[in-house]
Amino acid sequence: MAVNNDDVKLIGAWASPYVMRPRVALNIKSVDYEFLQEQFGSKSELLLKSNPVHKKIPVLLHNGKPICESSIIVEYIDEVWSSSPSILPSDPHNRALARFWAAYLDEKWFPNMKGVITAASEEEKNAAVDQLKMEGAYGEVSRGEDFFGGEKIGFVDIAFGSMLGWARAIQVMAGVKLLDEEKTPGLVKWAEKFSADPAVKDVLPEAEKLVEFSKLLSAKFKTAAASS
Amino acid sequence: MADQGEVKLLKTWSSLFGLRVVWALKLKGIPYESVDEDLTNKSDLLLQYNPVHTKVPVLIHNGKSICESLVILEYIDETWSQNPPRLLPRDPIQRASARFWAKFMDEKQALPSMWQAFTKEGREQEEGVASIAENLKLLEAELEGKKFLGGEEIGIPDFALGWLVNLVPVFEEILGLKIVDEERHPSLSEWSRRISDIPVIEESWPPRDKLVTKWAAIRDHFLATARASSG
Repeated sequence: MAVNNDDVKLIGAWASPYVMRPRVALNIKSVDYEFLQEQFGSKSELLLKSNPVHKKIPVLLHNGKPICESSIIVEYIDEVWSSSPSILPSDPHNRALARFWAAYLDEKWFPNMKGVITAASEEEKNAAVDQLKMEGAYGEVSRGEDFFGGEKIGFVDIAFGSMLGWARAIQVMAGVKLLDEEKTPGLVKWAEKFSADPAVKDVLPEAEKLVEFSKLLSAKFKTAAASS
Repeated sequence: MADQGEVKLLKTWSSLFGLRVVWALKLKGIPYESVDEDLTNKSDLLLQYNPVHTKVPVLIHNGKSICESLVILEYIDETWSQNPPRLLPRDPIQRASARFWAKFMDEKQALPSMWQAFTKEGREQEEGVASIAENLKLLEAELEGKKFLGGEEIGIPDFALGWLVNLVPVFEEILGLKIVDEERHPSLSEWSRRISDIPVIEESWPPRDKLVTKWAAIRDHFLATARASSG
């Protein structure tokens, strides 16, 4: 059981959707933490030491001990700061459903979304990021409530909602609507509620800032491609 | 003891992922009905209970389905929490570590690099083999001084890696390469023996000769496709 004088640090970066997930989780639990931002283009000693296997953000440091992988960190936060509100549901089947959709997002949705950002051609841009699956999932999992988690934000909301900043940025940059009123009306409403939630609004990156940032990213890719 | 209800497992005779679930159910002493799918002709049951991926394994418990092997393992552990063994440790840090290593097997390097080494030839194969060697080094370091990846007891990360014990020798035979050896991987070799000694695991391996036939055919198919497309 966590105590108030816990030392909690999060290694991350403001633009990363994966980093946003533990930030939302920590906010839900009202846990104070120090946000250690990585410099774009380089990896700190602390990051390399804390996540030697993948060398990636986010990494949570709890009293000096590292926990890696965004979904695993969120589950950890839910288990350690176990007083309500809880992030995962209590029923094992609903927990399995939540984990299933989080895994789906990481396996399919997020990689496809990245593809849209770096895509050159129209076909590639329109390549199905399968909105309809997630619209269906929302209907099934939320059971008529506001969020995947029910009345309040839960595991899948965090896993999925962390992409909203980029979804909006992509709309600006590539003209591709990842969520739209016609195809995914449920998700459009969900996105508004999620974005406005107190645990979310300060850590959801703004689309304009992401658009600027992605210029930096593509410059980096171009340089890398040119020098290889 | 949780209400047993009806437990059905959809898998295939050779599925590595299905095998993980078989081990968990057997070790915990949970009676279940096993259905071997033919993935070239998917059953209505599979399509109904895993509409998103139409893949195995699928666990059906009291009419509700659970998909994705690692998700199924956690479900089993939580639902039949009174049945030993625990598949995940109690301590949150150790649980996070167990989940991390289970994920490592399936994502990023581990299985994909094995796939590359197995389905390619020439330089691409060499790259796959080099990648496997890197991953095995990491696993070897993680296993040092431990009985199981999960710690003192077998757990989900051991289930996730378990395919290595049975399938790597099959790959080694087909490829004519040594992937795991006693000299470079003493802890991993020791762990493999420990896993093989567990009766439930030992008795569940798919027949080796069938595996060799199946995987040799898969390799031939991929190589033929690659050669045809490179002209």
